[in-house]
Amino acid sequence: MLAKRIIPCLDVRNGQTVKGINFVNIREVGDPVEMGANYAEQGADELVFLDITASHEGRKTFVQLVKRIALHLNIPFTVGGGIGELSDIEALLAAGADKVSLNTAAIRNPELINRMALNFGSQFVVTAIDAKEENGVWTAYINGGRIPTDKELFSWARECEDRGAGEILFTSMNHDGTRNGFACEALSRLSESLSIPIIASGGAGNMEHFAEVFTSGKADAGLAASIFHFNEITVPQLKSYLAERNIPVRL
Amino acid sequence: MNVAIIKYNAGNIMSVDYALQRLGITATVTDDHDIIRTADRVIFPGVGEASTTMHYLRERKLDLLIAGLKQPVLGICLGLQLMCRYSEEGNTRCIGIFRENVLKFSPSGSPETRLKVPHMGWNKIHDLTSALFRGELENQYAYFVHSYYAATGTETIALCDYSVPFSAALKRDNFYATQFHPEKSGRPGSQILKNFLEL
Repeated sequence: MLAKRIIPCLDVRNGQTVKGINFVNIREVGDPVEMGANYAEQGADELVFLDITASHEGRKTFVQLVKRIALHLNIPFTVGGGIGELSDIEALLAAGADKVSLNTAAIRNPELINRMALNFGSQFVVTAIDAKEENGVWTAYINGGRIPTDKELFSWARECEDRGAGEILFTSMNHDGTRNGFACEALSRLSESLSIPIIASGGAGNMEHFAEVFTSGKADAGLAASIFHFNEITVPQLKSYLAERNIPVRL
Repeated sequence: MNVAIIKYNAGNIMSVDYALQRLGITATVTDDHDIIRTADRVIFPGVGEASTTMHYLRERKLDLLIAGLKQPVLGICLGLQLMCRYSEEGNTRCIGIFRENVLKFSPSGSPETRLKVPHMGWNKIHDLTSALFRGELENQYAYFVHSYYAATGTETIALCDYSVPFSAALKRDNFYATQFHPEKSGRPGSQILKNFLEL
């Protein structure tokens, strides 16, 4: 049986992993390669590295970093953050990234999804959608959740699949940072309406939340950052908890 | 040991090179016929679309070269599929080393139980019957990413289940192939690559 995936997410700025709660009090905490390898050793199924560097120089550093990650890591990893051009994507693929996640760029230029899928294959394309529910409507946001768009979550996710995306990484802005659990209702609707895998993000606060997201939320993978970074939950603890509840995980 | 990784228009080639580097092997990523023919081991990796890739290989006569190799050869993912006879992806006639045909997973069933396609993530490999899987690998998890699969047959040396049992690995003579990515499958994956080098 296909295992549910546990995915720690690492934010990278100027080549260093950073930790912060809601972007406040960001601290640099170490080498992303070392931290990534450590998570892999603990049993993480995949990793996501998000580049939160703003400068152009920082982008070049990130490509170098991706090369080092690919050389050291023996599990798949996705890279994302501020990717806008096909040339950025080619550089990341050549450096050894397994998947690239597109967010703002996909909404601004949906054709990019088709071109990526055609050039590199759907398995390489993760569409990240940040969405917020207001009055029963889920609206997709861009620029790190700052700018609302005219895209509605479910129809946009469907469009991404039709254009060739291989996975959807859905972050609920209503749940992100609350630690009160994932957006299980929206996730389950998303999962049932699409045939590609759904990665759930936003709201993880304890192990029960992961059990919920894989059962009632019907997610294929669960992503979290701070609970892993601050060692509140370790990957092995979480996996044995899920296994005890008959949720298929790779032990 | 000389290891050649066949270079063609597909993704994930560097990943295989990196995985070998972790085992202390510096491979040559090349499409040079002589280097490939004289290597001790040949790896045929790849992620991509079957018909365009076969077209690319035929233009460079790499299909004939691969079929004629005598040393141990390891196909990975699309590599496995292209070593089969025929693929439903783009209605493609493939290299034909293995007798099996490559079929598409069809998302079927109710929304509640429907399987996602691609088959993406970690799944168990079992019924292992080859020296490629030495070292307690039965029922270990391997990393898969694919929408098409090789059916099971006499050349199957490992099984995986995803709505149907399919060939997680195939073998004929000196030709081996895995549908999963050993280069991304953690320790079991490294073990399989190591086993291949020691065949």
